[in-house]
Amino acid sequence: MDNLYRDFILEHYRDPHNKGVLDPHDLHFADSNPTCGDEMSMTLLLDGEKQRVADVAFDGRGCAISQASASILTDELRGMTLDELRALDPKEVIENLGVPIGPARLKCALLSYKVLQGAVIGAEARWPDEADVLAGGSAP
Amino acid sequence: MVIEQQRADVFDGAALRADFPVFDRPHRSGKPLAFLDSAASAPKPRAVIDALSDAYGHHYANVHRGIYELSEDATARFEGARAAVARFIGAPSEREVVFVRNATEAINLVAYSWGRTNIRAGDLILSTEMEHHANLVPWQQLATETGATLEYVAITDDGRLDLDDLRRRLAREPKLLAINHVSNALGTINPVAEITQLAHDAGALVLLDAAQSVPHMPVSATELGIDFLALSGHKMLGPSGIGALWGRRALLEAMPPFMTGGSMISKVTLAGTTWAEVPLKFEAGTPAIAEAAGLAAAIGYLEGIGMAKVRAHERFLFERAWAALSDIGGVRLLGPASPDEHAAVISLVIDGIHPHDVATIFDGHGVAVRAGHHCAQPVMARYDLPATTRASFYVYNDLDDIERLTDAIHATQRLFGTA
Repeated sequence: MDNLYRDFILEHYRDPHNKGVLDPHDLHFADSNPTCGDEMSMTLLLDGEKQRVADVAFDGRGCAISQASASILTDELRGMTLDELRALDPKEVIENLGVPIGPARLKCALLSYKVLQGAVIGAEARWPDEADVLAGGSAP
Repeated sequence: MVIEQQRADVFDGAALRADFPVFDRPHRSGKPLAFLDSAASAPKPRAVIDALSDAYGHHYANVHRGIYELSEDATARFEGARAAVARFIGAPSEREVVFVRNATEAINLVAYSWGRTNIRAGDLILSTEMEHHANLVPWQQLATETGATLEYVAITDDGRLDLDDLRRRLAREPKLLAINHVSNALGTINPVAEITQLAHDAGALVLLDAAQSVPHMPVSATELGIDFLALSGHKMLGPSGIGALWGRRALLEAMPPFMTGGSMISKVTLAGTTWAEVPLKFEAGTPAIAEAAGLAAAIGYLEGIGMAKVRAHERFLFERAWAALSDIGGVRLLGPASPDEHAAVISLVIDGIHPHDVATIFDGHGVAVRAGHHCAQPVMARYDLPATTRASFYVYNDLDDIERLTDAIHATQRLFGTA
């Protein structure tokens, strides 16, 4: 299990990228991980045509996995279109994290994805089906 | 830590592990399992597993129905389990023991049946800030539906019930005080006899959530003076899917059924139905027959050790664990420090490391703990914590488990660079 806590994960945890709240912003959403109650919010600023992400920030406190996942995910978002954000595959989010995620920690790893989907789709965004995400994934 | 000579009133937890097949299961860490999550649910001894198998294999038929030997046998065993529960919790009569799925269902039964009959708009219901969601959400629902007011007795910074706040709120004559005996999130043992006296003097009934106390210490409903008691079988070495509600007979007899259907009737016509007598009035449908046999076997196992010895053993482990954990820098412990007021359930915070990370890293060392809000989110909010790591002890734990726990904390702090 210790291979979950590789140095780069701990570095993102101690010094997360894109941490904070953007003001002003175009999109905002907050949600919590039902298994632990950790809360995360995300703010996005769009470009002039309101089509692409100009800037993004996340906020909240949580475990190393949720914080590193948010840090790594938000690094990828600038320049992406809203349609591309909506089409993000949660499996890719897990793969980009680069460490083995099992069922017990899947929601930690996907909290930032869930909050992002809430920001671009709305409150009706749902958690992805865990079996789908873990199938063929990098579960230990 | 050096393993000390066992005290006379403390038994060898490691030796008892031979009774629990789960400890034979290889762990992915390659290390023996240090199981410190009994407050969530306890492993089962062979005696309970065998009782389940024996009930299904040799004594199984529906209960309270058949006019044949096998059904009579099954019914006698089922009612024998009810008598075992009554004896174990000091109930005056087994006819006051209702089998349910778990403590949550027991509390819901009271909230729906007693609550919706006796609670009116403007009435006051008291709960506390330290409750498991099971003893909180049903009362919120009752208050919402009836227009009653629900208030929570405060807890102190060191996790004890604020008895001054309790007295102030009791002065406003609540109808009910719903309180836990032992907090699953803090480990606090409430002075229930004293609290019940205060509540009764104010005219309030007392419902005791005893899910965390009945498995771990002698509990007598009669001596405590309470009116309702809820317990779960799975936390006391018994099967999941069975628990019990105890209530004073007069209260149970005055309450309408919770769920209706088969088994719980006296006579049904198309025009209407009359109810069976207590407790069958509250047991609609075929009950958990084999699970009742398993619960009786769990009670037999615990009685074989002796509940006073179980309590002494856990008190010893609590004292040693509290001392060892208090010595570790960057570790904060929740709840009262006195072993008189604290069961062997220790909620802790490791500075700078989230409990979910703690539990994952502990798992890599073969140490199973609970991380999260423990179904007690208001407790977490009270101490401004997102979650805690919780280590809870039972009969099969020993000083080795405390050493495994402290070693795992040191390893976690080294990994995160906070040591």
